[in-house]
Amino acid sequence: MIKLDLVTKVYPDGTEAVKEVSFEVEAGELCVLLGPSGCGKTTTMKMINRLIPITGGKIYINGGDSTKMNENELRRNIGYAIQDIGLFPHMTVGQNIGTVPSLKGWPKAERNKRAEELLELVGMNSGEFIDKYPSELSGGQCQRVGVARALGADPPILLMDEPFGAIDPITRVRLQDEFLKIQQDIKKTIIFVTHDIYEAIKMGDKVALMKEGQLVQYDTPANLLYRPKNEFVEDFVGADRALKGLQLIRVKEVMTSSLPTVKADEKAEAARERMEQEGIDWLVVVNDDGKFLGWVGKAELGKGELVKEVMNSSAITVTVNTVLNEALSLMLSSGANNLPVVSKDNRLQGVLSFDIIRKALTEVSQRRQSE
Amino acid sequence: MRRRVILIGLLMLLVGLTIWITNLEWIKEGVYKPFTWGDIMSATISHLEMVVIAELIAISIGVPLGILVTRPGLRRLATPVVGGVGVGQTIPSLAVIAIMAPLLGFGLNSAIVALFIYGLLPIVRNSYAGINNIDSAIVEAARGMGMTRGQIARKIELPLALPVIMTGIRISTVITVGTAELAVLVGGKGLGLITLTGVFSMQPLTILQGAAPTAALAITLGFILERIENSMTSRGLKVKAAMA
Repeated sequence: MIKLDLVTKVYPDGTEAVKEVSFEVEAGELCVLLGPSGCGKTTTMKMINRLIPITGGKIYINGGDSTKMNENELRRNIGYAIQDIGLFPHMTVGQNIGTVPSLKGWPKAERNKRAEELLELVGMNSGEFIDKYPSELSGGQCQRVGVARALGADPPILLMDEPFGAIDPITRVRLQDEFLKIQQDIKKTIIFVTHDIYEAIKMGDKVALMKEGQLVQYDTPANLLYRPKNEFVEDFVGADRALKGLQLIRVKEVMTSSLPTVKADEKAEAARERMEQEGIDWLVVVNDDGKFLGWVGKAELGKGELVKEVMNSSAITVTVNTVLNEALSLMLSSGANNLPVVSKDNRLQGVLSFDIIRKALTEVSQRRQSE
Repeated sequence: MRRRVILIGLLMLLVGLTIWITNLEWIKEGVYKPFTWGDIMSATISHLEMVVIAELIAISIGVPLGILVTRPGLRRLATPVVGGVGVGQTIPSLAVIAIMAPLLGFGLNSAIVALFIYGLLPIVRNSYAGINNIDSAIVEAARGMGMTRGQIARKIELPLALPVIMTGIRISTVITVGTAELAVLVGGKGLGLITLTGVFSMQPLTILQGAAPTAALAITLGFILERIENSMTSRGLKVKAAMA
């Protein structure tokens, strides 16, 4: 889909920004360009839509030499989302999303319909937001609109330059998760630039690690972590690669799904009996519909007659798609030894514990290294 | 809203002052040639005429000039052009006007040329700044989405720079209304005739007969241009101003 062949960028003053970089991105793959600042990753990306002209080598889009294509035509078929978002402040959200469709001459009704669809896709209420201006949105909302705008005319290829860069960590994690979910449906071919190794490992099907204009390793995130090609990769990945490996595992792969529960309306005595049966000292409390409510421990049972009077309610939960390092950091910050895994409507699906995470961690690193 | 009340109050005060002075009996008899209400009206109209003509020329040259020096090929001209026009503004307005007489002779034309030159700076400077200060990420996003140069200029740069350009035009117009007081020195017309007659015959009230309508004219034009500026600015840009 996208093929770089010995791509080189030398500026007139002699600076070599990118040196003979070659790699290929298959259709539907998300390829992360990773590296320290000044490594040439953004330059490489901008050469793909010819915002920066190449000085050597070739870039093929769908088999065609990109320099032989009409520059503007090429860009209209490649979605573009950038770090500073670059939303047009004098246009509404709907007009922003409709930019490329309008350049392509879509009629207005069709543009509006598309903008509505895309807003819903990125999790925004179209009725509420379509006529708002960028200055009326929060940072996270702007990023969402930026992604929606890049998808405007349904381009097969997306270029994303740190699209989740300028927002708080919590929103960033949420947007990353949402984007991965969207990508499962839309299957775009994506070049994604970041300097954040966590983001790279989480988002990428492939990661291209760059250094001083050269491609050091082009590989899957797991291979980058566990089979680094040289010392630079090892250093960049860092000594805590085991921890970063947690990014590669999702909760659903390791959680315990058979677990003892008790209903909130049951008697505390019934809870005690169940604990003794199972040989444990805590139970998950759910309501009649199986929705998660909280925890109850053995020590608290004596304080009341019904479970709901003595339980600890909690709202800290993860979903089956949460990656393990985020779950772990949630456990550490909340002080919880166990985390309930719930579905979208808060229905209990399983439990995650420190033990489970530790086991998964040793297994994964042993397996990857012996492969 | 409160600003508008103050402006209108000020305007009424200035007009009232002019009417009161003009109707004073001893003014009508005292000075060797008293200015009537009719004199003031026609002086105001010719004052306005000079300002409008000079401004129209200044806009039609200043806006394109300011924008042109932001274009890639001409960018190196930005410093000399904006700086050069800036130096022009440091010359006292009286000197600019006075020098027109030996250059172009006495008459309305020299007055208008002087006013046009003096009004150029805020227009050029704001047109240049309006385009130049646009966040480069916005222009790059537009380029990356496949807009042509012309489309970027029309759909992105101009609408974003418009409020700043309009502010330049407004400032220039208000300044020119004041500078036009001196036009009479090189054979121009306008309210300067009344003001300067007052100055030379040492009649403070006659000075006011010329100065008050000039101030009223400046306020009115400033107000009208501000309304136009407002109606031409995208709501998206105003919301931002309100939040900042």
